[in-house]
Amino acid sequence: MHARLYRSLYRVRRVEEEIARLYPTDRIKSPVHLSIGQEAVSVGVCEALAAGDVVFGTYRSHALYLAKGGDLRRMIAELYGKATGCTRGKGGSMHLIDPAAGVMGASAVVATTIPQAVGYAYAEKLRRRPTVVTSFFGDGAVEEGAFHESVNFAQLKRLPVLFVCENNRYAIHTHQRDRQAMESIAAFARAYGLFAERIEDGALAAIHDAACRAVAAIRARMGPRFLECLTYRWREHVGPGEDFAAGYRTRTEAEPWMAGDEVARAGARLDATERRRIEAEVEAEIADAFEFAERSPLPAAADLYAHVS
Amino acid sequence: MERTLTYAEAIREATEQEMTRDPAVMVLGLGVADHRAIYGTTHGLLERFGGERVLETPLAEDGMTGVAIGAALAGLRPIHVHIRMDFVLLAMNQLVNIAAKSRYMFGGAVSVPLVVRAIIGRSWGQGAQHSQGLHALFMHVPGLKVVAPTTPHDAKGCLIASIRDDGPVMFVEHRMLHSLRGHVPAEAYGVPFGRARVLEPGDDVTLVGISHMVLECLRARALLADVGVRAEVIDPVSLAPLDVDTIAASAARTGRLVVVDTGWTTCGASAEIAAAVLERLAGAAVVQVRRLGFAPVPCPTTRMLEQLFYPNAQHIAATAYALGTDDTTAWAPLGGTEAPEVAEFRGPF
Repeated sequence: MHARLYRSLYRVRRVEEEIARLYPTDRIKSPVHLSIGQEAVSVGVCEALAAGDVVFGTYRSHALYLAKGGDLRRMIAELYGKATGCTRGKGGSMHLIDPAAGVMGASAVVATTIPQAVGYAYAEKLRRRPTVVTSFFGDGAVEEGAFHESVNFAQLKRLPVLFVCENNRYAIHTHQRDRQAMESIAAFARAYGLFAERIEDGALAAIHDAACRAVAAIRARMGPRFLECLTYRWREHVGPGEDFAAGYRTRTEAEPWMAGDEVARAGARLDATERRRIEAEVEAEIADAFEFAERSPLPAAADLYAHVS
Repeated sequence: MERTLTYAEAIREATEQEMTRDPAVMVLGLGVADHRAIYGTTHGLLERFGGERVLETPLAEDGMTGVAIGAALAGLRPIHVHIRMDFVLLAMNQLVNIAAKSRYMFGGAVSVPLVVRAIIGRSWGQGAQHSQGLHALFMHVPGLKVVAPTTPHDAKGCLIASIRDDGPVMFVEHRMLHSLRGHVPAEAYGVPFGRARVLEPGDDVTLVGISHMVLECLRARALLADVGVRAEVIDPVSLAPLDVDTIAASAARTGRLVVVDTGWTTCGASAEIAAAVLERLAGAAVVQVRRLGFAPVPCPTTRMLEQLFYPNAQHIAATAYALGTDDTTAWAPLGGTEAPEVAEFRGPF
């Protein structure tokens, strides 16, 4: 399992770094909200899910898409605006989807996919299917009414939903303390009667263990569960660079998270030969995906009017 | 003898037939499973199909619209009922940002087979927040279909077509139509999107009515006949897509077009219809156009002011008559009687 987790973490990190490296060339004509620093949440939770389970995400979903098994070639092609992209050039970085992998989409409007995850779970329960649906969202989403409406309904109907709040403390550039009266987001869920866990150190093992407990309970028809995972965004809200000079946060705040980098820690658990093998395989896959995007065709003009309704 | 149902019964029959045919069809909303059953339109469905498929919801229009969209993404065909269209404003984010966009922004990877039933209220002091006809807001957004059937026949056929459609459809119904009785075939049938109906023929003026205003246009036609003006009455039935061809052909022939909406005129359905017809006919025919709709104010509650807020048969007839002359005071029909379905209405609300 260590090897699989490291591969998943390293793959996300390196894809994001390649996107950031290439971004100044303008080959990627799409805003990018990079997952660097937050990989362990998606990887730890998705490792606890079955292939047939379903996830819904946010505009910062590169990690989720990849961790759940989304197609890398089609993701990079989408960032390039190519016809081979996962949404044929219609959605870009913020609307990644791969239904075959259970990645049911991401939205650029905060909190909007939370009720969709709940509704998907309602449909699966109605048809007596064993699917667990996981809703990923950020700390800003819990300020939206849709979050509260969704959690209440999921608990009311005992739906098979795992709510995962990736709390990186910032809604764009505004800290949670300037937006919320309480510090614990898990407390919101508990107020609606959900069992909720709060993982404060961002550790992959802790996230994965908590997700396994939650998924087991959900599969045992005990109703929805809630995880609040504290994490940290290393790069700017949108774009490839760092923004510690912008004034709204300090590098000092980030340093403990960078020192405890889960990608490096997971790699250190492997022996050097295995680690190098995994890294080489991932690098080859990434190079192939960018080449695929480069050589893929742009959409045809007629595609403008395709798939409207 | 011809089989007749009320508009409300036609909606109920369409829903029951589709839920029987397809286990993916479900109904949700506030009041769908209570004893009033949305004016009877969901009556008996709870007993027949159970609480999972006839889902009474919390008061959470935004969240529950997202739930309905999620269920649709998973393959269900939800019908989300709002007892007033005013309440759909709380769901605009999910409808406009998600339902209308999902198929497109995910490149055809998903579809959202969702029907939203939105009821426009009127009469007995419904007031500013229980009376709005906001269908134009949805016509504006690519990815949403909008239908507003007037007859019981079309209510059943449009609802069945909406349920079977793979995209989101706004199904607009008017409270003043629920008691309207008319011929409805027993079997299931669909009324196609984008096809208007010429309800009554005429050569002098074209009256286009939307939803309840079709009834007022038919009454105006009778008033106009008394003074020798033959009005053609058209029901668009489907507002998006809109059958511009049928309306434009009629207007080209009569040279006069009056569009009457159960909504405001500014940026409204009447504006869209008028503009689409004039663009279509540019250079081919000269058409004089008038629009009628809600007075440009919030709806008042007192009956005296409420009567002035809505267009009625007399306004429509006088407006249509004046289109052919320079004298706008040329003729107005006597009386000012309210439409019977409005005058007699005492609820349920």
